[in-house]
Amino acid sequence: MSQSISLKSRISPRRLIVDALFRTFLYLAIFVSLGMIFWIVSSLWNEAGWLLSWDLLTKYPSFNIDNAGFQSPLKGSLWVVGIATLVALPTGLLTALYLEQFASKSNRVTRLLELNIQNLAGVPAVVFGLIGLAFVVRGFIAWGFTVGSAAAVIAMLMLPVIIIVSREAIRAVPPSYKEGALALGATPWQAVWRLVLPSAIPGTATGSILAVSRAIGESAPLLLLGALSFVTFNPTGLDSPFTIMPLTIFKYASDSREEFQILASAGSLILMAVLFTLNLIAIILRDIATRKRNV
Amino acid sequence: MFEVKSERKSVILSPSPHLQRRLKTQHIARVLMQVATVMSIVVTVGIVASLFPIAIRTFFAIGSRIFGTSWAPLFEPPEYGIVPLFTGTIFVVSIAMIVAIPVGLAAAIFLSDYSSFNLRRIVKPILEVLAGIPTVVLGLFGLYVINPSYVEKYWPIGEPLAFSALGAGFVTGILIVPIIASVADDALSAVPRAMREAAYALGATRREVAAKVVFNAGLSGVVAALILAFARAFGETTIALMVAGSYPKLSGNPGDPMMTLSAFIGFAGIGDAEVGSQAYNTIFLIGAILFLITLVFNILGNKFIARYREAYE
Amino acid sequence: MMNVATDGPKIIDPVFTLKDVSVSYGKYVAVSDVNLRIPSNDITAFIGPSGCGKSTLIRTLNRTNDLIPGASVAGSIMYHDADLYDSKASAVEIRRRIGMVFQKPNPFPKSIYENVAFGPKVNGRPKKSELDAIVENSLKGAALWDEVKDRLGDSALGLSGGQQQRLCIARSLAVEPEVILMDEPCSALDPIATLRIEELMLELKRNYTIVIVTHNMQQAARVSTYTAYFVTEVNPLGDLRTGKLVEYDETKKIFSTPSDPRTEAYVTGKMG
Repeated sequence: MSQSISLKSRISPRRLIVDALFRTFLYLAIFVSLGMIFWIVSSLWNEAGWLLSWDLLTKYPSFNIDNAGFQSPLKGSLWVVGIATLVALPTGLLTALYLEQFASKSNRVTRLLELNIQNLAGVPAVVFGLIGLAFVVRGFIAWGFTVGSAAAVIAMLMLPVIIIVSREAIRAVPPSYKEGALALGATPWQAVWRLVLPSAIPGTATGSILAVSRAIGESAPLLLLGALSFVTFNPTGLDSPFTIMPLTIFKYASDSREEFQILASAGSLILMAVLFTLNLIAIILRDIATRKRNV
Repeated sequence: MFEVKSERKSVILSPSPHLQRRLKTQHIARVLMQVATVMSIVVTVGIVASLFPIAIRTFFAIGSRIFGTSWAPLFEPPEYGIVPLFTGTIFVVSIAMIVAIPVGLAAAIFLSDYSSFNLRRIVKPILEVLAGIPTVVLGLFGLYVINPSYVEKYWPIGEPLAFSALGAGFVTGILIVPIIASVADDALSAVPRAMREAAYALGATRREVAAKVVFNAGLSGVVAALILAFARAFGETTIALMVAGSYPKLSGNPGDPMMTLSAFIGFAGIGDAEVGSQAYNTIFLIGAILFLITLVFNILGNKFIARYREAYE
Repeated sequence: MMNVATDGPKIIDPVFTLKDVSVSYGKYVAVSDVNLRIPSNDITAFIGPSGCGKSTLIRTLNRTNDLIPGASVAGSIMYHDADLYDSKASAVEIRRRIGMVFQKPNPFPKSIYENVAFGPKVNGRPKKSELDAIVENSLKGAALWDEVKDRLGDSALGLSGGQQQRLCIARSLAVEPEVILMDEPCSALDPIATLRIEELMLELKRNYTIVIVTHNMQQAARVSTYTAYFVTEVNPLGDLRTGKLVEYDETKKIFSTPSDPRTEAYVTGKMG
């Protein structure tokens, strides 16, 4: 009566080998993509690591490597992206709140708005430089090549990204919060302002920090807005001429002399340090956000 | 609150003064939100209005010369053949895709089907860091490392110079790996667990489940990932300008310097172009072309994303 | 068939009077032709199989249904002498007076204190001392005070499911409603927690009018004074399902001598 059952693998050796090869390929791919970061950072470090000192943050751009630093481009980046964030963050957040919580979802206008935002997020960055050139620098705003113009362009670039990440964060808030608040006689706005928005803040902050770090690294649109000029003083207001970190690096890179190569690499290291820090903050915030949700 | 009228309670349900104030606040908030929402339309209208009037005028002024094979709008006599910019762009983007597709898709499959929860929590943020490397830094890497140490040394065809489409393509590939990985991973991770379990129950190996069942089920998302990455590479300016150079050479050799559409905008826009000058007009023409092409690909990509979301979410 | 409902129990001075009420989502009619009078300071239960429209109907009583796009209400729903769907009536004002407790406990991600204080805060600016008193009384009213009085500052999300649901009840008591609507309030709870909520409901009916939707017939039999039984009717013209009120009467009558054979089949467990 007894039947012998073998649990030994009957998978053909060929299938096992293909599986193993596939797995190896996947691990290799992950290793390569993570290794890229190491490769890039280490080659910058080999080039300019020795030059790094706090002095680089306080000295101004110069053609003399001993006197060169990045104070004005760092402050320029800070001004431009700071002001852009002050404009784009509230605008994007309000848009996201409207689309997620107030606009009727089936409405044709709403769908058109959503489509518009989605496509705006995909417009090449350099094109935003062109609208800046036509309408902000000259045209009817005519701010010239200033911090204000640059901030306006970067704000436009950030806006769709911030809307998209905020919407995701708002969508992740359980609808039962709002429902509960409304059942207590709160107006929809009170429910959104006091419950939905606070719950969406960690997610929005994570996405917005990533958007800010992208904006700090952005170079193409400001290439058209005069940020490439050699500026050896800090911005003092919206109407100041300015330069930014990425374009100072770009400018050094377009000179083939050895010392400029070193300066460009040193600038890149500083820029990357700033961006890594922002990324790290975003990751920690997201961790907090997911943990909170899972309680 | 209640007035007693005969025996029945009389109730007034119209807003109390306090509620009227709250509704007023809500109204103001609503208007503010609507104004904010209109802003994104204003930006789009601004882009279209800044690009197209000049672009269309310039296009008609150039006429059929646009199909020529030499691009030199800033020289005397100017030449407007856009073909070299297109071949340059196609070379850079194709090389980028060849580099990024295997790595990006492998990373996506790894994240969705091969990594443990903890490994995923480490790998994903690192991919995000890769996505966050500024293009100017990638450009520097192409210019200082890839071009001199690899393309110049090992590329067998022609005599490579400091700039090359090959180097630019490679570095642009690094840029879009995280895009492919994250969009495709979203799609593959959205494939229901039940589908995987069904395949395992039929005796499929892990690779067969991941590479056949899950990959096919998430295919529209994978396609979306490739299209969006393509659009991103297509619009990339700084890397192309720094690594492929600013010489619009019509060549079939990827080791040669070339100029892409977007690189031209960056290049010609650097000098403070006078309104109405050749440089000014042509950058808006190229900008409009770039805008339209990326728009088509983005719409297409988002359609594919919507398709898998409809199916699985 | 429909006249059964109007012939229901004698109710003087009802809190709600529903006349020919139908609720639709777009073209889909979720429940139709309901006639009901709901008494004050008592518990009325809506029972019936899933899809019979009982949850839809209870959500029209404080206009929570307004929030679903495409939802519309035909017929008239009177709250005392006021029409709930009158153009001058404010849904926000209505929800303050007619509270609601949901299927799944939905405490806010705030402290226990702040959960209860939320309603009074959005409805006015009470002083701290007033607020303290409201929080204490509401928690006492929901039989939760003794369990949480030493940790009012703790997150409400740390409470057990049953405690969370009682917190939600306390939260709605804090805005002094006249009516509390409960939409399957125990379906996510274990038997012991369910029992505590039921005891609480019997306690609350002295001061509040309660309408409860429940899947659980025994629960309806245990707590309610009046019961309305709904069924799902399949429209012969299509595949559309519509909820109908079959019978509305005193609970003891529904569970002993129902007048409609369908009700009898349901309460004796022959269907549903």
